[in-house]
This record gives sequence, C-alpha cells and structure tokens, in this order.
Amino acid sequence: MNWIIMTLSSSIGKKLMMTLTGLGFIGFLTAHLVGNLTIYGGKDSFNLYAEKLHTMGALITLAEYGLLLFAIVHITTGTVLFFQNFKARPDAYVVKKNAGGRTIGSMTMPYTGFLILLFVILHLGDFHFVDKTETTIFHIVASTFASPLYILIYTVAMVVVAIHVSHGFWSLFQTLGFNHPKYMPSVKGIGIFLSLIFGIGFGFLPLYIAFMG
Amino acid sequence: MRENDTIDITLKVWRQKGADVKGRLETIDVKNISTHMSFLEMLDVVNEDLTLTGREPVEFDNDCREGICGMCGAVINGHAHGPEKAMTLCQLHMRKFKNGATIVVEPWRSRAFPIIKDLIVDRSAFDKIIQSGGYVSMNAGGAPDANAIPISQEIADKAMDAAACIGCGACVAACPNSSAMLFVSAKVSQLALLPQGKPEAAQRAWSMVNTMDRCGFGNCSNEKECEAVCPKEISIVNIARLNREFLKASFFSTVE
Repeated sequence: MNWIIMTLSSSIGKKLMMTLTGLGFIGFLTAHLVGNLTIYGGKDSFNLYAEKLHTMGALITLAEYGLLLFAIVHITTGTVLFFQNFKARPDAYVVKKNAGGRTIGSMTMPYTGFLILLFVILHLGDFHFVDKTETTIFHIVASTFASPLYILIYTVAMVVVAIHVSHGFWSLFQTLGFNHPKYMPSVKGIGIFLSLIFGIGFGFLPLYIAFMG
Repeated sequence: MRENDTIDITLKVWRQKGADVKGRLETIDVKNISTHMSFLEMLDVVNEDLTLTGREPVEFDNDCREGICGMCGAVINGHAHGPEKAMTLCQLHMRKFKNGATIVVEPWRSRAFPIIKDLIVDRSAFDKIIQSGGYVSMNAGGAPDANAIPISQEIADKAMDAAACIGCGACVAACPNSSAMLFVSAKVSQLALLPQGKPEAAQRAWSMVNTMDRCGFGNCSNEKECEAVCPKEISIVNIARLNREFLKASFFSTVE
C-alpha cells in the first residue's frame, strides 16, 4: 500500500484529493440549492421538503458523515498546500505583477475557502444543531433572517462561494486531466454559469424570506 | 523610430553576494542607451561602466542571445522575461522602455532555485528532474529506417510544441506557488506523446513528479501564470496530460 500513500502525498495526489472532495461539494451545493428553491414556493412547501428529506433517515445520516469526511480531507489538504506553497518562495519579489493567467477566483482560493469554513460553522449552528421539536424549519429560517446582519453575512458568504466555485470547477477538470481544446471552453463556461447559479440562487433566499416574512 | 534614438533609465537591480547572504536592490543611473540594444546588451554596457569605475559587475546568466538556449532570464518590473509575450529576456529590446523609466530587475525567486549571485540562480533542480526520467532508452544496433514508425502530423506537432521548452525556469518564477509543473509537463509530454516514449511513460511520470516534489517546488493550483510568461508558449494542456500520466502510472501500472 506504500504506492497509494506516495500517490496521495505527492503534489498531484493532493490536488486529486482537493478535486474529488470539491466535486462532492459541487454535487452537494446543487442538491442543497434544488431543495432550497422550495422556499420560493412558500412556507408549506419548504416545511414539506424538510419533512420529506428527514424521512430518508439513514441515507441522510450517511450523506452527513460523508460530507464531514470530505470536509476534513478538503480542509486538511488545502491547509497543507497553502503552507507548502507559501514556503516554496521564502523571499518575495519586490515587484510582482500578474501576467494575465490569474483570476479573482484563483488568487483567493485559500482565503475564500477559509471564509466558507467559517460560514459553514455558523450555518450549521443556525439551522442544523438547533432544537426543532416545538417549531418548523421555516420558522427558524424566517426568524434568523429577521436580522439585517444575518442577511448581510449570508449574502456575502454566497458571493464568496460563487468566487470559490468559479475557479474550482474548471480547475477540477484540469487536475483530473480533462483538458481538451474542444471541451475546455464549455467547461469554463459551465463553471462560471454554476457559480452564478449558486451565488444568485442561494444569495437571494435571505432577502426573499426577510421581505416575504 | 530614428536611427540614433537613445534613452536614459534608472535600473534597480538585485545585488546579492551569495545564497546565504542578504541581498538588496541597488539603484544605477544608466545614460545614453541605444533603443536598438537588447536588455542583455544594456546590462553589458552597465557592467563595462561598473568595471571601469572599479565596481563589481552585475552577474547574469546568458548564452545564445537568440532566444533558444534557456540560459537567460530575470523578472523585469514584476514580469518574468519582461513585459512582452513569448519572449526571452535576450530578445527584449530597450525600445520597449520609455525614456526616464525605472526598471526593477530581480532574479527568479524560488526555494528550489537558490541565488548564486545577483541575477544568477541555481537551476540544477531541473537537471535532477530530467535525470530521474526525462529520457528514452534505445537499443544499440543498426539505425532503424527513418519513417518506420508512423506518427500523425497532429501528434508530431503536439510533441514538438512540448519539446519547445528551453528549461529557462520562467514558469517557476512566475507561478505564485513556485511550481515546476509546466516544465515537468512539457518534458513528460514530449516523450509520452510519441511511440518511442511509451515503454517508459509510467516510470517517467512517476519518477519526475516525485523528484520535482523533493526539490522543493510548490504545488500547481491552476493559476495559469506559467503559460502566460512562457517564452515558448507551452500550454497548460500539457499539465493536464502530466496529471493523467501520473495518475495512470500510480493506479494502473506496477511502478512504485
């Protein structure tokens, strides 16, 4: 099994781990967004969706532990990469300009990633690890977004997610070795489209709830 | 542009006596530089003047001065090999600078490329990577017929594009992570694409990536800065190929 440790601890192996877990998160975000769109259908449709979701029982628990594992791998590997890359250039340039390859997404990957981690902790505290016996999920959500501060935090967090995905999506194809002149422009386009969908789809939910409620 | 155009510039050039000594930017006023000169010829003039006035010349690497050897290179005002696309430093001409310009000249900066003196860095890490797998083994005997192995023009072109890499190190210098992936990917690709390189493809990808990691380069995060500064315009499509070759070698071959 030595080869597998060597593979995963190599520079390309670490990228592979970032890629596969990142792909998992894109799948999760898609499912999460589709579910959350029921909010636009009103209070009852959202509560019904939440209820239906929880009837899946063990499957949901499995998905939760899967996501936790993915998060641990993504965060640990990302942190190792960040410090290794930092150490690879001990003396910074006095003058350094971008040559045109970098994007806002690529430049900020570690930082947007860290902000998303902070957001996820807050988000789970708000909506996951709360007592739901005497109330409905819609009520919890609506009372959270009664606060303008929360609306701001959530909306900004979704912009951050969109920026992270804008580099992450095409990047994962490149890392897996799928870079073909015929398909790469479409992959990049889909990446931008997806990040906009995530940003707008999630980003307007708090505002919608605040004004509807 | 007139025949006898000259410009005056202010050079801020990195001076460092050795790897373990602290370096600093030294300001040198340079007068009457012909705009027809290349950047390296301008440095020659500066060095002549420094020598005549009893000061130490600025050390810099150079050899062919026609953009094909890979020896020269410095970061000019924040751009590896200067601001022009697809160009080595020796091909950069002084007409690209305005009269009175301040030009900051720094060496490649990477832990894997320790500074030897001033603008000269030790790029033997690249040699180590090549030694670990950047070759093909040939059986001795009579030379085979020239066109005995059919290779399509498309594959030959891709291999040639990768083989255009001159190993200058600009990709490492420009990469925000100091990664050598573009260099390694070009060297793996030029051989992996061709039938002659196939027998050792797995071992080559495995060894070269592991050697690259041991040399202290950073990890690629697809910033695409390497591709943007490469004087030979090597594409990051080669990095995708290297990723494929490496993962194929790890999971589907017997190399360890």
